[in-house]
This record gives sequence, structure tokens and C-alpha cells, in this order.
Amino acid sequence: MKPEERVEERNPIEDFLRMDRIPHIWCPGCGIGTVVTSFAEAMKKSELDLDKVAVVSGIGCTGRVAGYVKFDSFHTTHGRAIPFATGLKLANPELKVVVFSGDGDIAGIGGNHFIHAARRNMDILVICVNNFNYAMTGGQVAATTPLTANLSTAPFGNFEYPFNLAYLADACGATYVARWTSLHIRRVTKSIQEALAKRGFSFIEVITPCVTLYARRNRLGDGLNLLKYYYDKSEMKHGADTRTVDIDFQGKIIVGKFVDKDKPTFLECMNTHLQKTLGDKYVPYGVKP
Amino acid sequence: MNEIRFSGYGGQGIIRCGLITGKAVSLFDNKFGTMTQSFGPEARGSACSSQVVISEDRVLYPYITRPEILVSMSQDAYEKYEPELRADGILIYDTDLVRLKPLRAQIKVYGVPSTRFAEEMGNRIFANLVMLGFFTGISQVVSAEAMKKALPGLVPKRFLELNIRAFEKGYDYGIELLAKEKQEAQKEAKPPEKPPLPEAKKTPPRKAKQ
Amino acid sequence: MKPAVRTGSHYITGDVACAEGAIAAGCRFFGAYPITPATEVAEHMAERLPDVGGTFIQMEDEIAAIASILGASWTGVKTMTATSGPGFSLMMENLGLGVCTETPCVIVNVQRTGPSTGLPTQTGQGDMMQARWGSHGDYELIAIAPSSPQDCFYHTILAFNLSEKYRVPVLVMADEIVGHMSEKVVIPDAKEITLVSRPKPKGRKDRFRLYEPGPNGVAPMPAIGEGYNVHVTGLTHDERGYPSMTVEAQEQMMARLKGKIRNNLDDIIHTEEYLMEDADIVIVSYGISVRTGLTAVDEARKLGYKAGLFRLITVWPFPEGRIKALAKKVKAFVVPELNLGQIRREVERCAFGRAPAIGVPHCGGWVHDPDDILKTIKEAAR
Repeated sequence: MKPEERVEERNPIEDFLRMDRIPHIWCPGCGIGTVVTSFAEAMKKSELDLDKVAVVSGIGCTGRVAGYVKFDSFHTTHGRAIPFATGLKLANPELKVVVFSGDGDIAGIGGNHFIHAARRNMDILVICVNNFNYAMTGGQVAATTPLTANLSTAPFGNFEYPFNLAYLADACGATYVARWTSLHIRRVTKSIQEALAKRGFSFIEVITPCVTLYARRNRLGDGLNLLKYYYDKSEMKHGADTRTVDIDFQGKIIVGKFVDKDKPTFLECMNTHLQKTLGDKYVPYGVKP
Repeated sequence: MNEIRFSGYGGQGIIRCGLITGKAVSLFDNKFGTMTQSFGPEARGSACSSQVVISEDRVLYPYITRPEILVSMSQDAYEKYEPELRADGILIYDTDLVRLKPLRAQIKVYGVPSTRFAEEMGNRIFANLVMLGFFTGISQVVSAEAMKKALPGLVPKRFLELNIRAFEKGYDYGIELLAKEKQEAQKEAKPPEKPPLPEAKKTPPRKAKQ
Repeated sequence: MKPAVRTGSHYITGDVACAEGAIAAGCRFFGAYPITPATEVAEHMAERLPDVGGTFIQMEDEIAAIASILGASWTGVKTMTATSGPGFSLMMENLGLGVCTETPCVIVNVQRTGPSTGLPTQTGQGDMMQARWGSHGDYELIAIAPSSPQDCFYHTILAFNLSEKYRVPVLVMADEIVGHMSEKVVIPDAKEITLVSRPKPKGRKDRFRLYEPGPNGVAPMPAIGEGYNVHVTGLTHDERGYPSMTVEAQEQMMARLKGKIRNNLDDIIHTEEYLMEDADIVIVSYGISVRTGLTAVDEARKLGYKAGLFRLITVWPFPEGRIKALAKKVKAFVVPELNLGQIRREVERCAFGRAPAIGVPHCGGWVHDPDDILKTIKEAAR
């Protein structure tokens, strides 16, 4: 094969993937790959030094993202991606640290870390792929499962109130909060670009189809049917009050950029405060002279 | 080997007394001093204590077993810890805060109004330093120089001078008291005839709690 | 900035000495969560790290604390956390991540009495087996037990050096008494302290394999941000670091994880011997129990017993070879520890019936009465 023909065949985001690990493990119709594509696209468009980008995942379907992206990447323990990322960021503030994980990882087992990282305004970007269930283990009810949805550990339908993740992030102090579905490819890309350009705790939730488990168990059809649902029922409302963006089973999905504000990050607060209290003898941390 | 217990109520600087003494013997008197304290949910105002083991050699067993010196700055602490004092031990106490009960025959008792002295100097917060000075003068297990050298870092810098003055006040009072005691002993001109001391228990009693 | 090494004589607690040892060893990141009796380590680090260009953060729990130090370690920084029983339990899963991903870090466990909340302010040595086997799966790590504040200083440095050299989490298994007692600690001149740093990769980045072992079985470790594009996972992985769900990959990974420790025992195991030349009753001890053990040995010698003490500074990996050799010539081992016989069983295993390993059981909360140890020595000599 001649080199020019090869160029035709190259995946446009190949440079951002560990091609020696492809094919990936995700099911046909799954939305995680779409979000990875948006992420890679955003990286391509960003002017970041890609050697200084680190991606951290927890455990679960989305937890596998770290294994496919060609950055310094970490596949850690269940729920602990955010504190691991906190360590990376604090020990080397030059890094751009992205946590890429699922709803079970971030809002279920890792919920405590999520709210505290938001509270501290830790300078990391959290991309949460929300497919409404624990998929890697076979489709169990999650902290994000809409009421009445049927899952293997909610065989008669879910009766627990779900988290509204955008509201949670907002209430805890996140400086950037957006929600999209995996249908909104360009919006996701743009959101990631915006969040990467910001300093502070950014949170992007992407609703994605879990065809094999969530959709099948609830007789919602295949991936295309779910994308159709996103198309029909998502409503863009930038700046929406996050208290109003709950998601009901197969109901309306309010999407958009809900929060975009600026306030000093953990490290900025630390430096300002220690300079104020310790005076000249304190050398600001992580600041290049 | 010397075993010392400082006792009083939380907030009096009892732990500080142990730290200063331990630091003084370890860093400035060329001995070994191991200091432990009771850690617990005790609040301010309840009985508390700190203990120092002083030895010419490395201290192995870290706790005091039968203290020969008990310093008490509160009634509660005195009543709690007096029974464990050695039969030939020394009891040092704050005369205004501790009312003594009938004592075992051979225990030597020395009192100082440390809190009152401190109040006269401006603040009762220095009472522990008056007591430490008095303890140093009476017990002679640690040198006054070493104690004074141990203060920086363990008392607030801006109160260092006052703390030293408080220490000296107590120390001088102790030395005078000893001198007086000696004079009186000479006056009575009795040869000292003490019965042989019962041997102290060498190993510690088993205890569930400090 | 202030000097990292506070050369001179200090009168400090074991907890503070651990923190000073860490700073002297080059620790520049500390992830904390308060817990009695280890809180003072965190408090001292919070005060000291800004002096020396490091960062301190109090995380939301012990799980986060250990996760943060693992992350920070991958940036090339030396990292530590400190905890006690309940927090140590919470750290177990991520301790396994540290072992599996070969991430250098130091975890101080100032032991208290368990199980559960137990006696929070009182001493114990009940976490020794948890230190060895607390995380799931089969693995090797290193644990060191200090007996005094001076030990806390040096042993924390030793822990960092071993951790860096062998790319493994190292546990400093102190206890409440050692952590809270104040004694003289001499901190030497900075240039008298030997420091070891993790091996760094050389050669072409595109040919770099994350877990390709070096001469001593330890793979060089790049820092994040240097352009190596490493992938680090707690899944079973091959030498590239990529997940590999095969029996062969598991065998290869385990061989490396075990080998780098088991093949370097002489370097890793530190012990001390007291009056052992002619001893026929040998006390095997570690941590605070060494001090009560030594008291009992001195008493026993006065009474004419040929007692000696074999001190484990490194408790894990266990000095099996030395115990085996001793078992052939001594009459009995006496193992005082503040638990009901965790290390005693190890001694028994290694003695292999050649000499009995007699425990001096203690439920914790206080140290042994040296008389009890002496009594056991007398019984063993009979």
C-alpha cells in the first residue's frame, strides 16, 4: 500500500489513541466511543502541550477510556479517579488533568471525592459518561437511574430518587457545569475545549446509550432508537437553573452549559493565603518564576 | 533512674512540664529522658498527667512504674496519683490548690503557692513554670541551666522572659526551703537515723489504664 | 524556603520524627486524613511542607489520602500518608493498586488497639498481618517497625529509600507509644543522609516499556509529563503496562512483583541482635515490644539465663532464613507482641518444629510487663 492511500484510511483521531489496543471492548451502539472522539477532537483543537495532559479513569465501562487514549493515562480503583487526579495535579501543577469515568464511579462509589474536589475547586476536568446503570457488571441500578427504570437489581423498577449530577456539581462549587448527550458531538467537543481552557473544577456530563443492558432491559430499542430519543427529547437551555434539570425516565433532557464562572482554584487559594500569612518567606507553589 | 509524674488539671500546662523536663535532661544534661502523657478524651479541667523517666542509660521501658517524685497541682490529681508514689518518695504540691491528707511516714513533702506567685507576677498561666522551678530546686534531678535552656520552643517567644522569671521565682523558693530545712535539722542536732527503705518494686505493676 | 533537614538535637515525639524523616528523605507531597494517634504526623507535615516547596492536602477520607499519594508519586515526587487502624483498613484496596502499579510511596501506621474503633488512644500491634495480607491478592511489600522517636526518623528515611529502590509501597508500622512519646532525636547533617531515588528510564522514548525490569528486577519509572505516554493500570498487565487478561501475563507480572523483593532480601531485611552469641532463649521482637523485651533480657541475664534478643526492623518480608538458622541452635523463641500471636506464628512456621515459638500474648492498650516476658523466658528455659 502506498503511503498516500494509507493516509485516506487513517482514523482522524488516530494520533490520540493507542492504536495497538484497538479494537476496544465497548458494545455496538455504546456511546462512550463517541465521547472519546469528541475528547480527541477537543485535544486536537486545543493548544495544549499534549505531553502535559494526563487522563485518569476509575473502574467500569468508561473506566476503560484511560487504556485507549494516547496520553499519560491511569486506570485506577473504583471511585478513586478524582483523588488520584488530585495528587497528580498538586504534585505537578503544570499538568492538565482530566478524569474520564462513568456515573457509578464518579457519583456512586466516588461521590464523596466528587463533592470535595468541587468544593475545593480543584483544577481538574471531570467528564462523566452517564448511562444510567452499572454496565460493566451487567446492568444494575445506579445513583443516576431514573425512577421506574428496570435494572437487574431493581427488577420491579427503580424507586430510589436519582442524583441530578449537574445540580450536585453546581451546589458543591464547580466553576463549569455542562450536560450533553452523545448525540451532541460538536457540543461535547466545544464544551471540553472550553473547560480545558478554564482553571478550576469543570464538570461535563454526557448522557449515553447503554444498548446491551439499560435499553434492552427497558425495551427501548437499539442505539439508534436512543439517539432518536435524545434528538426528540433534549432541550437546550444554556444557563438553566441546575435545580430544574432532573431527568425522568425517557423524559425531557435539559442540556447546555449551566455554569461558567471564575473563582480561585485550590492552589491559587493556597498560594494567596500562605503568602498573606507567611509573608516573603513563602515561595508560591507551582508558579514559574 | 528517676521517675517523675507531673499532675494537675487540663489547661495548667502539665504536659508542658513533662516536655520541658524531658528536653532539659535529654538535650542539656546529657542524660536520657523519655516523656509520655496520657492521651484521652479528657477535657480541659479534668485530671491530667505527664511522666518523665530520667536515666544515665538508654530508657527501655517507657513508662514510670513507681514514681519517686509526684508533682501535684490539683486536688483531683493529688488524690488520684498519691497512692502510687514510692514510700520514700517526694511530693511537691501547690499549697493553695491541694489540701494534704494524712501522709505515709517517709514521704517528703514540699509545697509552693505556685499559682499565687504566678498571679502576683501578672498571670496564673505561669504557675507551671513557678512549679517547675520549685521542682528543679527541690529535686535536683535536673539542672536549672538545662531547664532554662529547654524553654525556647516550648513557651511562646514573647513570654520567654516572664517564663524564666517565673521559673527562677519557684527555683529560689525551693532552694531557700531546702536551706531552711537543713538549718533546722542542724539546730535539732540529731543524727539522721532513717529506717532502711523498703526496696521499691523493680518491675511495673500490670495496669489496664494510665 | 527553609532547610529541609533540621540538623541538630531535638526533643520530639515519634510522630513528629516520622514527619521530619520524611522531609529529610525528600518527601514533598502528603495526603492526610486525621486519625488518633497518627494525626500529629499530618499536623507537622502541614506546617513543614510549605517551608520546603512541597504540598500538603487534607483529603476527604483515607481512601482519598492514599489515592492522592499514588497519583502524586507518578509525577516523580516522593509521597507519604499516615494513619491508624480504621484508616489503614480503608487504605487496603489502594495499597494493592500501589503494589500492582509499582508506585513508590510510604504509609505510616501508628497502630492503636482494634478491632474496629478499639482503644483509639492506646497502643497495639494488631495490624501486623493486615500489613502483610490486608489487600486482596498475592503480593509482596515491605514493612518496617520503629521502636523510638529516633528510629521513626531513620526508619522513615529507610522506608523512602526502599520504596524508591524497589518501586513498592513501604509501611512504617509504628504504634501509639512510639508515636506519642517524646525523646531525644538527633538529626544529622544533610550530607550524612543517604537518599535513594527511583530508577529513571534511559534510551529512546518510543521503545520504552513501562515494566521492563532493570538488573535488580525493578523497572525504571518515568514521571508523568515527560512524554512517555505511559498507561498505568491495576488490571493484570504486560511489560508495556497494557492490560492482558491471560494466565501468562498474570504469571509474568507476579514473578516480577515477587521477584524484585524475594531476590533482594539481603538488601531489604534489616535486623539487630542483642546478646545473641551464646543465647539459647531468643526473644523475637519488633516495634515498642523490643524495649520491654530488652528489659526482660537484661533481667534474665542477671538471673543467669542465656537470653538474647533478635529484633526485626524489617518485619515484612520476614527474615525467614535467620529464624531457620537460629531454630537449629536455640532452645526456644519467645515472642512478645501486642496482639495474640501474629508474628509468633511466623516464627513458628520458620522454626519448623526445631524450636518452640512461645508467645507472650497481650491484647494491647499497654505494653508488656517485662516480668511476664521474664516468666516466659524462665518457662522456656526449663
